[in-house]
Amino acid sequence: MPRYFSAGFFVAREPILIILYIKNMNHSIKKDIRDPLIPIDYRIESPVRNNSIQANPWVSLNRKLREMFRFIHRTQNIWIPLFTFVLGIALWEAFARLSGLPAFIIPPPSLVAKRFEIALLDGSLLQNTLVTFLEVLLGLLTGTCSAVLVGYTIAKSKGFEHLVSPFLVASQAIPIVAIAPLMIIWFGPGLLSKVLICALIVFFPVLVNTVVGLRNVPHSLDELMRSLHATRRQMLQLLEIPSALPIFLGGLKIGATLSVIGAVVGEFVGSDKGLGFLINIGRGQYDTALVFVAVFTLVFLALSLYGSVLYLERQLLAWQNNH
Amino acid sequence: MVKTHTPPFLSINDLDATFPDGNGGLQVLKSISFSVYPQEFVCVLGPSGSGKSTLLRILAGLLPPTSGEIVFQNHKQPRIGFVFQQANLMPWRTTLQNITLPLELENIPADVARRKAQELIDLIGLNGFESSLPRDLSGGMAQRVALARALAHDPDVLLLDEPFGMLDALTRERMWTELSRIWQVSQKTVIMVTHSISESLFLADRVLVLTARPGRIKLDLPVNFPHPRLEEIRYTKHFGALARELKDSIE
Repeated sequence: MPRYFSAGFFVAREPILIILYIKNMNHSIKKDIRDPLIPIDYRIESPVRNNSIQANPWVSLNRKLREMFRFIHRTQNIWIPLFTFVLGIALWEAFARLSGLPAFIIPPPSLVAKRFEIALLDGSLLQNTLVTFLEVLLGLLTGTCSAVLVGYTIAKSKGFEHLVSPFLVASQAIPIVAIAPLMIIWFGPGLLSKVLICALIVFFPVLVNTVVGLRNVPHSLDELMRSLHATRRQMLQLLEIPSALPIFLGGLKIGATLSVIGAVVGEFVGSDKGLGFLINIGRGQYDTALVFVAVFTLVFLALSLYGSVLYLERQLLAWQNNH
Repeated sequence: MVKTHTPPFLSINDLDATFPDGNGGLQVLKSISFSVYPQEFVCVLGPSGSGKSTLLRILAGLLPPTSGEIVFQNHKQPRIGFVFQQANLMPWRTTLQNITLPLELENIPADVARRKAQELIDLIGLNGFESSLPRDLSGGMAQRVALARALAHDPDVLLLDEPFGMLDALTRERMWTELSRIWQVSQKTVIMVTHSISESLFLADRVLVLTARPGRIKLDLPVNFPHPRLEEIRYTKHFGALARELKDSIE
């Protein structure tokens, strides 16, 4: 289990490792349930096949993450994180005042709050947040849609997998900061280049989880549907989508937070709008309080997106919740 | 009940099945021939690895036979109700939704499907569990839902693949009585695969014994207990004699 757990955290940082890991995992799943060469009589009844949705490491990872972030939607526990938060702010304020460091190095939280008020009142914060939010959302949408299409094709066609997987792995070797300038050069400093950067960064985790989810459809349910002469469309709608959904949503959750990173990277490289631009401005003018305001807004943005996917997950996967 | 004078529901002639295994192939079934008559309950009995499940999957059209032919009555592919070793329910669907699945696949209007499913829930005695999810059902209950689902679209034949193999002994015996009753109500042709001698004798009109790999039919034993069968028949001399005959034939 710790192996799966640490693998989950690599997703954001080490895509190469993760694809190697997934390749291995696919292998073992395939061995158990998908190898058409083994006659059914001799297939081993493995726990993967028996109760595949529960036994899948991605789902259990997903559960772990959900439990970690449970405070977002568990009101009875809200006091503990709130207390820690207030304590942290108080310590920060005390340190900033007592250390004697200038405000452009460590602005006290009170100054950040004042800067927040100013930015809010002159409309600049809201306007820039909306720009970033739009980039993040459109990027997430584009990335997810294309990842689902490519993922479905990969899951269904071995030939296509062999064709594209080397390129996919290679593309993950290039850091997104290295691609971002190209995007700006080709598509200008506007919305489009940011959306594409977000889409690129979202694409991979969603793709991997789509493929794993689709490959993980229980073989016995596949047989059931075939014995009932289900059409291709019915197969997709009634079996493949619902059984791939838990793992897919795990990927979407990772994608949602990565999309925010993509937008900021894009804005850093070239833009005149957005929270990343605001951070650049703040840094240039020694307005460190503004940098903090932008950073906190980004955190808020990422958490709300994460929370939205979590909410979606709770609605769609109600059958899986234990309470 | 069995009409042997009518044309057979299904005739299998000289069926072979070989799976590729890298060195010449693994022969699983060898020259299998038998007929099944309408409304007959046939058990295929055999040790593990005798290819019984493969035979059932070939009949269901899930696997192609290597050679030989399968002729159905009226020469058209029958509609199949398949029950697996595990209940094999969709974990995201409720009891009712699992039972309506075959009807949904045939685009039957939702209200008609619901009514039909409700009838079947009455038949399997699971009233009150319509909106339960599979994870809240016991093994026996889940297997009954699977049976109801297999009956939902009024199939021509029920194919049962060791349906009670995963249940505990007591539940399994309760399920025999239950299946026997349901079979009489629904009047279906049933082909069931099992490795339990008493299960096959308690339920079937005829027991086919397969040898170990490659599976061949070794014995075709008629079981002439009248229906409905009560548990008592299992303690009769005749039952014991038949069980002995099957046991000898398997070994």
